[in-house]
Amino acid sequence: MDTVLFLVFALIALLCGINLVVQTHPISSALSLIGVMAALAVLYLLLGAEFLAAAQMIVYAGAIMVLFIFVIMLLNAGAERVTKTRQLVKLAGVPLMAVFLGIIAFIIQALLPKSQLVWFGGFPGGGPRDIGIPLFTNYLLPFEVTSVLILIAILGAIVLARKEID
Amino acid sequence: MPPAHAVPLNWYLILSAILFCLGIAGFLYRRNIITVFMSIELMLNAVNLTFITFSYKWKAVDGHIFSFFVMVVAAAEAAVGLAIILTVFKNRKSLEIDEISSMKY
Amino acid sequence: MNLWLIPIFPLAGFLINGLVGRRLPKAVINAVAIGSVLLSFVWVLKTLLGAGSLEKPIVENYFTWIQSGPIQIGCSLAVDRLTAVMLLIVTGIGSLIHIYAIGYMEHEGGYYRFFSYMNLFMFFMLTLVLASNYLVMFVGWEGVGLCSYLLIGFYFTENFATTAGNKAFIVNRIGDFGFSLAMFLMFRQFGSLDFDKVFSGAANMPKETGYGILTTICLLLLLGACGKSAQIPLYVWLPDAMAGPTPVSALIHAATMVTAGVYMTVRSSALFLHAPIAMNWVAGIGLATAFFAATIGLTQFDIKKVFAYSTVSQLGYMFLGVGVGAFSAGIWHVMTHAFFKALLFLGAGAVIHGLHGEQDLRKMGGLFKHMRITAITLLCASFAISGFPYTSGFFSKDAILSATYEHSPWMYWVGVGTAGLTAFYVFRAWFMAFTGTYRGDKHAHESPLIMTGPLMVLAALSLVGGFINIPRWLEPMFPEAGGENPVLVWTSAGAGMLGIFLAWIFYVRAPELPGKFATALGGLYRLVLDKYRIDELYDAIIVKPLVGGSRIVLWRGMDAGVIDGAVNGVGTRARGMGAVLKLAQSGYIRSYAAWVVFGSVLLLLAVGLGGAR
Repeated sequence: MDTVLFLVFALIALLCGINLVVQTHPISSALSLIGVMAALAVLYLLLGAEFLAAAQMIVYAGAIMVLFIFVIMLLNAGAERVTKTRQLVKLAGVPLMAVFLGIIAFIIQALLPKSQLVWFGGFPGGGPRDIGIPLFTNYLLPFEVTSVLILIAILGAIVLARKEID
Repeated sequence: MPPAHAVPLNWYLILSAILFCLGIAGFLYRRNIITVFMSIELMLNAVNLTFITFSYKWKAVDGHIFSFFVMVVAAAEAAVGLAIILTVFKNRKSLEIDEISSMKY
Repeated sequence: MNLWLIPIFPLAGFLINGLVGRRLPKAVINAVAIGSVLLSFVWVLKTLLGAGSLEKPIVENYFTWIQSGPIQIGCSLAVDRLTAVMLLIVTGIGSLIHIYAIGYMEHEGGYYRFFSYMNLFMFFMLTLVLASNYLVMFVGWEGVGLCSYLLIGFYFTENFATTAGNKAFIVNRIGDFGFSLAMFLMFRQFGSLDFDKVFSGAANMPKETGYGILTTICLLLLLGACGKSAQIPLYVWLPDAMAGPTPVSALIHAATMVTAGVYMTVRSSALFLHAPIAMNWVAGIGLATAFFAATIGLTQFDIKKVFAYSTVSQLGYMFLGVGVGAFSAGIWHVMTHAFFKALLFLGAGAVIHGLHGEQDLRKMGGLFKHMRITAITLLCASFAISGFPYTSGFFSKDAILSATYEHSPWMYWVGVGTAGLTAFYVFRAWFMAFTGTYRGDKHAHESPLIMTGPLMVLAALSLVGGFINIPRWLEPMFPEAGGENPVLVWTSAGAGMLGIFLAWIFYVRAPELPGKFATALGGLYRLVLDKYRIDELYDAIIVKPLVGGSRIVLWRGMDAGVIDGAVNGVGTRARGMGAVLKLAQSGYIRSYAAWVVFGSVLLLLAVGLGGAR
């Protein structure tokens, strides 16, 4: 059961990711990204991260991606023109990617024993209470700092994006 | 007692790696700024998955909290980044990434 | 005894005039300058009167100057009979010239600077004379060279003055090099530079027959003396030094500084007596210089240049005297020469001053009725330098020539011929300036008393100064050889009078004769007029190759090429590297991203393969 779920949603995530890269129109890319996020939320559930799965859907897919779509529609971005990509990027990019991937796969295989297995319910510590207590005790400082960060981001966004008063 | 239908942990990590590389590919190949930005978000999601996977492995909740912070920062970054894109668009009337090249030697 | 006060008074004058002289009124500057030299003179008199017979030198040690391992050199001054003679000459004639200079420099700019330099010169000259070891003497030696440079180039806005100053200093340095090498050898040989130790050490050595250590030391000292006292081959600076004001020419280049070489040689007599070859060199160079310079003096038209070559020639006489062993005769001639040469220069200065700057003899003439005192005093000096009987020059010159005859007769005859030439050229100058009709266009006038006063004092000394019997005074130090041969004496006096007579013929009775002689002798005349083109020879052989070599090898090759190349090259390489590296800043965000990915791949490789197990 877990395997099937994993495979299905992993496949959805991969396909949406590839779609994101391949599509020309930004709106299509945005919707693909939403698909990736949704699939990942299910995978989080499988890993026992209930709170984060909910947060992912609410914050990431629900707020950030909506913001993206607002901006795309505001700017009236159209499909990309088809032009020749720069030679260097084409030539160097694909091998680089392959190498990168290979290295990471190698490291993963070498570092972790094969016997570790994941099943639904194997990690019970992902609920809101389990996240909340460390957040407000051990990680209080980063919490406060990030709240200041959000404040600054709000101010920055307002200053940058407002209309000039002539 | 792992049930028979359990999934090896490595698969999650490999999925995360593939998503990350897809993000890099999008970042390098696409010419629309907003699409580039979205590729960055894809990369961040892949990293989140990795954190949570390792949190499962070590049976600790710190990975979740870290992932939580990543989300918060991503939100702030998206807000400011999009505001910057708006400003650039106002000045240059174009969303081509190659046209924003005035910081050259 | 406080010998140190003798040089300190002029030093104080230099400091006062030099530091605050700009703001002082002229009367105060005069008082400080003259007062310091007069105080020095008074102190000299007091010292000598209270010193007794001075059979043995009075030495005063002040402090240890250098102490380093075996080298121990103190700052000490000494007075003996030889020093006494020099002190009286330097301070006495120095005072007279300082008084004269007040009148001469009345309208010149830089008044306080002139007197401060003159006082500084007196300080160094007195240090040189009073020194009791070679190093302190060298301090004075160098110092007078410096002051000579400063005073020759006094009119520093004129190019020829500064060039002349440079020439004097550079040529002097060549001599100083010889002096330094001599000092090093002396130290190596005797272990000390004190006069008493060196001389007693030399006295214990046998007379050298070949070019041994003593001969080498003496020849090097001779090189130093040639530089300072303008002998062949280093005389070329003295005629050019006439670019300085006339009191400078009188004091430094006639009476005192140029005699420092003679003084040093006489002081080192203990060394020279044990190195006969060096003595021969001294005599030979002296004789050659005397004759050579006299021939040039025959043709010059600038009055100061005539007297400059005369100085070179008379210094040659002094060296001749020293070289044949007549040390006291040489010093006697130093004294009498100081009298009449200073007088000749000061008189020439009065003439130039009266003619508002004219120095060319061809534009003078008939000045007797305009400048009587100057003319008469210059006449006294001319008689003295020609060796007219019973003047001061007569006694000293004959002492030298008699001793020369005993050494080698042919030198005596050359010396007699030079005496004739001396009389001829000096009276040529006198006749051309003071007799006949005035060939110039300026209004001539007599000089004020402050200038003619010293002239009169010096004229009296020139005439009767010979009766001060220096050889008898210096008897304890330099024993006299045999008596005087009257034939020799009157032969040289006769040569002098013949010279005067010929000058009278050429320039008073038959003034067209010089012109005819000049055209008849043609090329030879022009060669002598151009001072045998020695300056041009030095220029071609030494100066131009040195300057050219410096410019091409040292400046362009080393300095601009190597050093600047290295320093600039560092900058250029850095800029070159930067030009290559800057291409990475293309402005394209995607290329930056590609670089980031590349870097992270490398990092992963390093971590993964390097061992992060």
